[in-house]
Amino acid sequence: MVDTRVNLSGWELDNPIIPASGTFGYGYEFAEIYDINCLGTFSFKGTTKDPRFGNPTPRIAECPNGIINSVGLQNPGVEAVISKELPKLAKVFDKKVIANVSGFSIDEYVHTVSRLSSQDQIGIFEVNISCPNVHNGGMALGTSCESAAAVTAAVKKATDKPVYIKLSPNVTDIASIAKACEDAGADGICLINTLMGMRINLKTGKPVVANKMGGFSGPAVFPVAVRMIYQVYDKVKVPIIGCGGVSTAADVLEMMMAGATAVQVGAANLINPYACRDIVEALPAEMAKYGITKLTDIIGGAH
Amino acid sequence: MKQGLFTIVSNELLAPSVYRMVLEGDTSGFTTPGQFADISIPGLYLRRPISLCDMDDKTMTFIYKVVGTGTDAMSNMTAGQQLDVLTGLGNGYDLSRSGDKPVLIGGGVGVPPMYYLAKQLIKAGKEVTVILGFNNASEIFYAKEFEEIGAKVYVTTVDGSVGTKGFVIDVLKTLDYSFFYTCGPMPMFRAIEAVATTDGQYSFEQRMGCGFGACMGCSMETKNGPKRVCKEGPVMDREEIIW
Repeated sequence: MVDTRVNLSGWELDNPIIPASGTFGYGYEFAEIYDINCLGTFSFKGTTKDPRFGNPTPRIAECPNGIINSVGLQNPGVEAVISKELPKLAKVFDKKVIANVSGFSIDEYVHTVSRLSSQDQIGIFEVNISCPNVHNGGMALGTSCESAAAVTAAVKKATDKPVYIKLSPNVTDIASIAKACEDAGADGICLINTLMGMRINLKTGKPVVANKMGGFSGPAVFPVAVRMIYQVYDKVKVPIIGCGGVSTAADVLEMMMAGATAVQVGAANLINPYACRDIVEALPAEMAKYGITKLTDIIGGAH
Repeated sequence: MKQGLFTIVSNELLAPSVYRMVLEGDTSGFTTPGQFADISIPGLYLRRPISLCDMDDKTMTFIYKVVGTGTDAMSNMTAGQQLDVLTGLGNGYDLSRSGDKPVLIGGGVGVPPMYYLAKQLIKAGKEVTVILGFNNASEIFYAKEFEEIGAKVYVTTVDGSVGTKGFVIDVLKTLDYSFFYTCGPMPMFRAIEAVATTDGQYSFEQRMGCGFGACMGCSMETKNGPKRVCKEGPVMDREEIIW
């Protein structure tokens, strides 16, 4: 028997596999096809103060080994999440969930976190300061140490639950931003969000997605994610949730060796709806292959 | 939704750039006409959504037009090849709303989903009329197949080379019908919306990420709030659409 348990700020997960926000809705679509209680947990759809439709369509583009999306934080708003989505989720998921929150100002982040903070179903907050698909907010707050620290400090005051900050890779020095968040009180760091990307349709001569640019994810970004996690692990002491292009149990081990305590799976869910279940099932055998008996032993092992 | 491995039985050219692919495997994922499959294409990352044209217990038929890299790759596939397919996706047509004399309107590659719908409505004892719109004679496919299952078929061509010269609405305006079902391009939808005299259902197309409601890539605004074309759609009720 191998031990796949990991710990995020005192919250023990059965395994480190976490479907990433924006690729798993509020869970119940996937609960129709498999028992999602096999997951470590999952990060729900990025939630904002007000309901959002998001960007104009088309907002998806095919890429070599990946996908560009410009969804733009479509969500029903925090009040509907509390009144409708979380009760619906409770029927199919017994574990606590990661609440991914977004905003267009520090006040909005604080409002959304405060509203969700009393919900028992929420284990930790994942504060998205890295959405590349919305203007005047989102990623802008995540691209400087000062603003990232300001969001972190404000959100920390709004909740007793652990606060993880989800960082953008579209910066020159992600490790410094991670350190600024840690210094401002962050309980953990999640990285990476999508890389800014673009495709152009040769027939029309115009960008494929209506918003022109979008966030690029999928297996193609995996090496970038591993590198950034490695760099951030060197700079911070708080746990890291790794994210970016993970498709297999082997990818999970690699990302943990770079420094991740838990690992999110995003784009893979979109092409194989059973991806996370398959990775959870494959993980013990993959660990055994490398003589790993206790998963936490390998965290940061590559350093 | 069901995931399964299917074997290509045939993949043939029907009209310029339009192919018919027949796949064999477990088709039980499909529950209603108007649903679609999401086909994994070797070498490409995202699956490709294709509307169901026809099915029985063991086989399913798809008619697709080559419009990009995905459908181009599909057109080069051969019998015997295996494909990973998600079946039974989306919310299909509501047969219970048809009334006794439904009209089915297909434009170009919007024609295929009308076929299985016509079959099911005829099986239910309805008097089915089909209007098939194409640009010219060379593009026409499936007119005979609709006649063979007992539908009354009207063909329109923009250049008048076959059937009524003009657009599907030139026929629609002359008919007496109880309900309409349609699939095709947006300009055709707008034209239908302007002249239709009954309730109806439109099947929408949108670039999709996942095809099963996870990514929110294909959303559209409706009078009942945002809906995902892949999940609450692709079929939408006339009364909920914002034009």
